[in-house]
Amino acid sequence: MAIRWKDYSSDASYDELITSHGRARKSAQHAVRYISSLSDEEWRERRDAAELAMRVMGITFTVYNDEGGGIDRVWPFDIIPRIIPAREWRTTEAGLQQRATALNLFIADIYGAQRIIKDRVFPRDLLAKSVNFRKQCMGVRPPLDVWAHICGSDLVRDRDGKLYVLEDNLRVPSGVSYMLENRLVMKRVFPELFEDNSILPVDGYPTRLFDTLASLSPRPADYPTVVVLSPGIYNSAYFEHSYLAQQMGVELVVGRDLVVIDDDCVYLRTVGGLERVDVIYRRVDDLFLDPEVFHADSVLGVPGLIRAWSAGNVAIANAPGAGVADDKVVYAFVPDMIRYYLDEQPILPNVETYLCMEEQQRGFVLANLDKLVVKPANESGGYGMLVGPFASKAERRKFAGLIRQDPRNYIAQPTLSLSTTPTLCDGHVEPRHIDLRPFILSGESSHVTRGGLTRVALKKGSLVVNSSQGGGSKDTWVVDTGDH
Amino acid sequence: MLLLSSVAEHIYWMARYIERAENTARIILVHNNLMLDMPRSIAIGWDPLVYIMGNMEQFRERYEDTGERNVVRFLVADRHNPDCISCSLAQARENLRTTRAIVPRAAWETLNDLYEFTRENATSGINRRGRYSYMKRVVDSCQLFTGKLSGTMSHDLTYEFLRIGRNMERADMTSRVIDVRATNLLPKQTDELKPFDDIQWKSVLDSLMAYQMYRRHVHVRVRGRQALQFLLQEEEFPRSVHYCLAEVGYCLRRLPGNEAALRVLGRAQRMVQEVGIADIVTAGLNDFVNDLQLVHAELHDQLVTTYFKVAEDIA
Repeated sequence: MAIRWKDYSSDASYDELITSHGRARKSAQHAVRYISSLSDEEWRERRDAAELAMRVMGITFTVYNDEGGGIDRVWPFDIIPRIIPAREWRTTEAGLQQRATALNLFIADIYGAQRIIKDRVFPRDLLAKSVNFRKQCMGVRPPLDVWAHICGSDLVRDRDGKLYVLEDNLRVPSGVSYMLENRLVMKRVFPELFEDNSILPVDGYPTRLFDTLASLSPRPADYPTVVVLSPGIYNSAYFEHSYLAQQMGVELVVGRDLVVIDDDCVYLRTVGGLERVDVIYRRVDDLFLDPEVFHADSVLGVPGLIRAWSAGNVAIANAPGAGVADDKVVYAFVPDMIRYYLDEQPILPNVETYLCMEEQQRGFVLANLDKLVVKPANESGGYGMLVGPFASKAERRKFAGLIRQDPRNYIAQPTLSLSTTPTLCDGHVEPRHIDLRPFILSGESSHVTRGGLTRVALKKGSLVVNSSQGGGSKDTWVVDTGDH
Repeated sequence: MLLLSSVAEHIYWMARYIERAENTARIILVHNNLMLDMPRSIAIGWDPLVYIMGNMEQFRERYEDTGERNVVRFLVADRHNPDCISCSLAQARENLRTTRAIVPRAAWETLNDLYEFTRENATSGINRRGRYSYMKRVVDSCQLFTGKLSGTMSHDLTYEFLRIGRNMERADMTSRVIDVRATNLLPKQTDELKPFDDIQWKSVLDSLMAYQMYRRHVHVRVRGRQALQFLLQEEEFPRSVHYCLAEVGYCLRRLPGNEAALRVLGRAQRMVQEVGIADIVTAGLNDFVNDLQLVHAELHDQLVTTYFKVAEDIA
């Protein structure tokens, strides 16, 4: 299609591929030239091919509805890649590793000596009111002292062109399977682009994940039995659970496949009897893990699991309680943690964050609700948020009330103008807003995905990229143009 | 090797549902052809198909008469019939989705593709004009699926459960077809064929893809008793009851803790091998098939107890 890049305007936002003068950025030049050379007919073919590939591969996410049957939906995929220069990525990668290291030191400290509180860097009150703090984990020392083995940090680029960390997901971050599958689809659809471009591969992730998990085994002498624990087929990320188990060559299990017996070890129910488990990559939330300790009526978990974990007989990733750092108020302290534990300056900046629990900052937030985004401390998936500039007066009043009622539970941030990237919409190319979720693995060694999962808000002007709310995804290319 | 009880169970059911979808499609296809060949004066109707699937009760709740359209709809895409083709495939797919980590990806793609096809084309499967190609697609894709598994999945313990499921379902289907279709066709005294009996017998064999092999093995034109013997006792035809049970036995012997299941299987095998075809014909085919179905169900229950419900007493 003859794309007139001169007419392509992403207004005030930074565009990842195209400069404000309508030229391709250096790392994107090759791809943009190629994209522009395709005819309408070719575009349709490629798009259909991608759709077919997604369907045949069964790449789905689950939506909940009352009708029987249709629980699976193909996640919308845009065939124009998002491109990141390798040089920029190297810095980002270092920043993410730095962040994950500090977060792990923080969690270990919180469940241990609590130095950071004693040294008055982190307020004690905050902990008392944290919904993801698990007192049952106090004093536990998980293998390697690592708690958050898999971290998914969301990055956004503001109009200044800089990447900011928007949040860290330390409980059960998802999306990595889409990152891997998107690449497979793109290789099927645009093989010629991969021949001529130096696009860094992403497919090493499952092996790295397995190595990370295996390094936690309580029986290091043997080949470890690793399992992926899923809430089951009706969970929205079930596809991913199954995908990762398959890619790692380990068992995918649900709670009732596991049992803890008198010796406080975890076993699998197999056709040949019980088999011991060493490492559990759990995709079940803390509170459902063990009915003996948390929600007593949970059928997703395994009675006795926390007992087995505390005794060191099984490793759980991420460790129960790791979510204490996955809290939007705690988030505001991450730069301080980096300075405190590592004695380094943060490489990646946080988005400026106002804590409603601090009186002065609360005053500022309440006075500027029409300009800010207000978020509850512990929601994910984009729920329970106020986007000030787009909200009605009534909604703003409601949030003002909520904030006064429970200031600890709210933070506010300036409304960012998320960067855009060219996206195929109804037969032509338009800018759409995106974010990026890289994944950081921490075990014996540490590893960051090349790029990550790019989520795109498919509705014009929308800033909401979540799959449950009209978002789609794109393949993310870290492209090496040879300069350093 | 490590094999989860729940995985074994899912694999077993997946194999059964795939086989069920294939068999249902073939039976519709073959019956369709038969109806075209039969003179109007010999009315066999469409109700035998519902009897074969063993769902007459559910059918009656939903439909007034056993006309062609109702029966075909019921068997192709009626979500009140758990055994209809699209429901069977949906079940197979659900079971496979739960075990995707284990089954080769190429097989998943085949099944997923077929599932989408049957969902989108149910109407053309029900209509006369599109029926042939719809059924053919179902049969072919199921066989492709089975072939992909056979050719690309490790023949380990997991695979044994797949074979057990497949052969349990085949044995079940063969005995049902015999039960419903053969009873009325078997003359009590002689081997004389009434007009059109031969094409009916041929269609019985066709329903189980047995006609060509029957001709190769039996060397005579189709006769009731020989056909019955072939479907029950033939040692080398993969859909005869005898063969299916032997396969189950072969798989079971590779599994741990198989004693109880092997005992039940042994009883079923003796029933099939030792019975005289002439005796069944005189004493009544229905009784024999009923007994066979009972021991088949008992074998299934034993598999559930031994392999699918491990250590259920603990938590």
